[in-house]
Order: sequence, then C-alpha cells, then structure tokens
Amino acid sequence: MPLLQVEGVHTYYGNIEALKGITLSVEKGEIVTLIGSNGAGKTTTLRTIAGVLRPRQGTIRMGDADLTKTPANQIVRLGIAHSPEGRRIFARMSVKENLELGAYTRSDTDLSEDYERVYTLFPRIKERLKQRAGTLSGGEQQMLAIGRALMARPTLLLLDEPSMGLAPVLVELVFRTIQEINALGMTVLLVEQNAHMALSIANRGYVLQTGTIVLTDTAKALAQNEMVRKAYLGED
Amino acid sequence: MKRSTLGWWYTTTGKARERRVWVTAGGIALALAFPIIDGFLGLGWEAKAVPIALFIILALGLNVVVGFAGLLDLGYAAFFAIGAYSMAFLTSPQSPIPWVAQGNQVNFFLAMFISAGVAAVFGVILGAPTLRLRGDYLAIVTLGFGEIVPLVIKNTPEVTKGTQGMNPIGYPQIPGVLFGASPIPWYYLIVAVLLLSVVITSRLRLSRIGRAWAAMREDEVAAASMGINLVTTKLFAFSLGASFSGFAGTIWASYLQVIAPEQFRFDVSIFVLVMIILGGLGNIGGVIAGGLILGGIDRILFDWVSGIVHGIGSAINNDDLRLMDVSRSRQLIFGIALVFMMLVRPEGLFPSARRKAELHAAEELGEPAAEQERAILVEVEE
Repeated sequence: MPLLQVEGVHTYYGNIEALKGITLSVEKGEIVTLIGSNGAGKTTTLRTIAGVLRPRQGTIRMGDADLTKTPANQIVRLGIAHSPEGRRIFARMSVKENLELGAYTRSDTDLSEDYERVYTLFPRIKERLKQRAGTLSGGEQQMLAIGRALMARPTLLLLDEPSMGLAPVLVELVFRTIQEINALGMTVLLVEQNAHMALSIANRGYVLQTGTIVLTDTAKALAQNEMVRKAYLGED
Repeated sequence: MKRSTLGWWYTTTGKARERRVWVTAGGIALALAFPIIDGFLGLGWEAKAVPIALFIILALGLNVVVGFAGLLDLGYAAFFAIGAYSMAFLTSPQSPIPWVAQGNQVNFFLAMFISAGVAAVFGVILGAPTLRLRGDYLAIVTLGFGEIVPLVIKNTPEVTKGTQGMNPIGYPQIPGVLFGASPIPWYYLIVAVLLLSVVITSRLRLSRIGRAWAAMREDEVAAASMGINLVTTKLFAFSLGASFSGFAGTIWASYLQVIAPEQFRFDVSIFVLVMIILGGLGNIGGVIAGGLILGGIDRILFDWVSGIVHGIGSAINNDDLRLMDVSRSRQLIFGIALVFMMLVRPEGLFPSARRKAELHAAEELGEPAAEQERAILVEVEE
C-alpha cells in the first residue's frame, strides 16, 4: 500500500476547476516530483493534500486514514508537513520561534534532537536563531521554511517550489539538502518549476498540464522523454 | 508547561527581567496600600479608583482579543452588558426569572462566575459567524453586535425593565465586611479580580495558546499549516475576552446597584480600546498603564480642571466658564489624543517588543523585510 494515495481529485477555486481528476501515489521513502508550467495545478494539488483546500470530488488517503475531509491542522498531526509556496515564514518572529511553531503539534517536549537535525542540515539557521526571520536572505528563509516543516517530525514532507527566487548556487544547496532529508528516511513530495533539478533528485515524477496528469514515469525516463525535454527542460 | 519549552518566549533577560519583577511587586504593593495612602493624603480618590480599576479589567480582557489574537473587536461593551444583566437576573428582585424574583437570590460570587460563563458563551456566539472575517470586516460585525445588545435590552422591557433599568442588584456578603456605600471593600474586591486577571493573561501569553495567537495574528494560512486549529484558537480568544468583560460587568452592576442600557454604549467599547492602544497593545504592563492614565484623566483630572475653570469663571463673573463641565468634552479630548498617538507613537506608550517590531519593521529591517511585509499584505488582500 502506498504511503499517500490521491484518487480522482477535483478541486475548484469558486467555479474554476483547477484540478480535473488528479490520481497519484507516493511510496514510503520516495522523492516524487510534480512538474509543470504555471497554472498547471501543482500548488493546488499540494494544498489539497495539505487540507488547505477541499476537493469537491475524489479521495486522499494516507495509510488507513482518509484525509479528504480532514482540516489542515489535523493533517499535520497525521504526519504530513507542508512547506507552502512563498515560504510563509513568520517574518516578525525570531528564527527560533519559527522552529518552535513548526513543532506545535508535538506532544513530547524534548525537541533537542529535532533542533540538532535542523542545525545539521542548515548550519546557517543555527547562526541566526535570535534574528527576526524577516531579516534572513531568500535562501535562508527557504531553509527555515523547510526546517520548520521538519520540526513536526513528519512522515511525508510536502515542498512547494523550494527553488523559487533563489540564486542558482542556493538552488543546488537546497536540492542537495532535500536529498539528505530523504536519506534520513523521510518521504518527499516536491512541486517544482525547475524540472531539471527536480528530476535529477526524484525517484518518480508526474507531469501536470491544466489540471490533469499527462505523463508519469521514473524521473530518469521523464528526463529522457521528448515532450518533457521540449516543454520543461528547454531543449529542442 | 515546562519552563524550558517556553524559554525563548521570555523576551527579557537579566537586568530587564529584574526591573520587571520590581515594577510588578511595586505595582501590587501600591494597589493594595492605595486606600491608606489616599486617606493619609486626604485625596478622596477611593470612589474614583473603583471604576478605574474595573475598566483596567476590561482592558486586560480586550487585550487578549485585540492584542494577543489580533481580532479587532469594537463591540466589547456588549459582553460587559451581558455580564451585568446576568448578575441582575440572578440576584435582583426585579429578575425575570420567577424563582429569583420570589426572593431566592443567587449568591453573589456564584452569580459572578455564572455570569462570566454566560458572557463567554456569547463570545462564542459572536465569534462563530465571524471566523472567516478579519480586519475591517470583523470590526464592522463586532461593532454591530455592540450596538444590538443595548438595543435589545432597551426594547425588551418585560425582561430587562428597558430604559428604566434594574435595581437593586445583589452584592457580596462576606462576614465582617460591609459592601455598601464605602468604596473600599469594592476596591479590594476589584483589585483581587484584577490581579487574578493579570496572572491569567500573562500566563496565557506565554503558553501554547499564546504562541498560536501570535502565529495566527501574523499569517493564518501558515499557522494552520503548523497544525494550529484556527477555529478553536479564535473562539477561545473571543470567549476568554468576553468572560473578563462579563466578570467586570457583574461587579459594576453590583457596585452601582442599578443598570440601564445607556451604560453599555459604543463609547465604552471605544474607551477600553483607546486604553489598550494608548498603553501598548499586547503588553500587559502597558495596558494597565493606559488604563490608569485614561481613567485618571477621565475621573480625576477632568474634575480638577473643571474646578479650576469654575474658579476662573466665578472670579471674572463669566457664567459660561463657571458652569462648564470639561468632562463633557472627553470624547473630543480622547479622540485628539488617539489621533496624536497614531501619528507619533502608534505602538503605544509601553509597547510589547513584538508589536513594536510589527509597526517598525520597515525602519528596523530595511527594505527587503518591508517588501516582504507588503507581499504578505498583497497575499492577504487576494
């Protein structure tokens, strides 16, 4: 049984059908990526899984739990952490406070191990604990957003456009870190515009176009696929 | 909750914390010794201290809603009214409840807690339909609620005695202490409730729910992604704020012995809001200071100035000056004070570090952060 099973999900913004029947699955330990152009429905898919949006049709299951009608705050408790698009860190709080809030659902009070894990992955974060999060650079804010999601000790991490607005050298660093996080045993569902980078670290991928999945394969095969190469990798 | 997990929330350290401890201890000592000092100096301020202290309780409650949770509530006086009328229903011979009207008045202290509970329930009733609103829209709905409650009271004379008001109302009975004309027992009762309110609100601010409020105030979507239940978190803020207001209402009703709908009008909500804005939203010490300053101006300074104006009027034989009541211009004076504060020091006289940061983000953080602030605003607008 896959860790996450999304079946026939339709999500609307008002009357606009943003997702027209998405079916995808994520196996434990995988990195799965959703690629596609602007407006294809990548972010909508993640937000639907995270419970920020409600699907009008279809089901979302995690293990035995049905997430379809579960509110966002409960979904975090079930082990899905969402690092949203645009990072959405708490800009006026300190870096440490942001991390604390990431662990909001945790009932055990000993978080030292989780802090250590974040500090190991992102040494820069450790240097800036007392600083206000809004003063961090874009790359640091992205690291904080991922670190904050990790504090919930999720089984599945949803990452929305971690490369957005970052310098190329930072993009590489972020993607390397995602691999490290995965190596620690965490399953990752990654939404990316940067298809090249996403496919280079993912096991499998789904290609979205205007609310439907048009292609799915292993990341390696997708990177070789002619349509993908033309449309998303910028090659002729 | 264990101290270690809260450690970071204590923004002050070392000397600053030491100073805070001294200020707190000094404040408590001064509050307790006030009637003695007052008697010694012959100021005759005890009767004025009662409403001032009572309004500080209101301010502390509203600070939970507006300062901690960031929900702008302009109808706060409604809960004050609900608390006061619940007290009257439970203890007045004019109560619409037949059992109470026949002479079975509920014990004052029991009635106090029941009434606060009733106010809290109304807090949830107001909160529930407004959950999806924020900012201006929420303010308008709460404003409407604040207007509806006194109107309903006014227009249901068979239950509430309408504009005629309810009288008398039960009062506390403690052996050896007479709650009557002397304000001193009332003063100590109110100070006791006030100290309790300070303890509760300051503990809450540092608690898990306090963190949830702060996160929600900053970004609701991100807060929900952290696993914060926005519904219960908001409703808890509303009902807790309402219960403080209800508590204050019960004592107020009992102290005045007569309540009428006019006492709970919009200007009461605004007066309390001005207190917390002037003192410093979110900061308990600031809220108390704001309450003391505004209450002092309203109850003491205006009388004093009026006296001087009257004296001048008599001396120069000017009837206008001789009969002028400065306190009738309170709305004008407080309005000007509020506008002035917004221009010069929007964070209040004694702001919380967090609130100060929010208002001065652009100056302190430089452009990138200010841009991010704008980006957040744009996203909210969408």
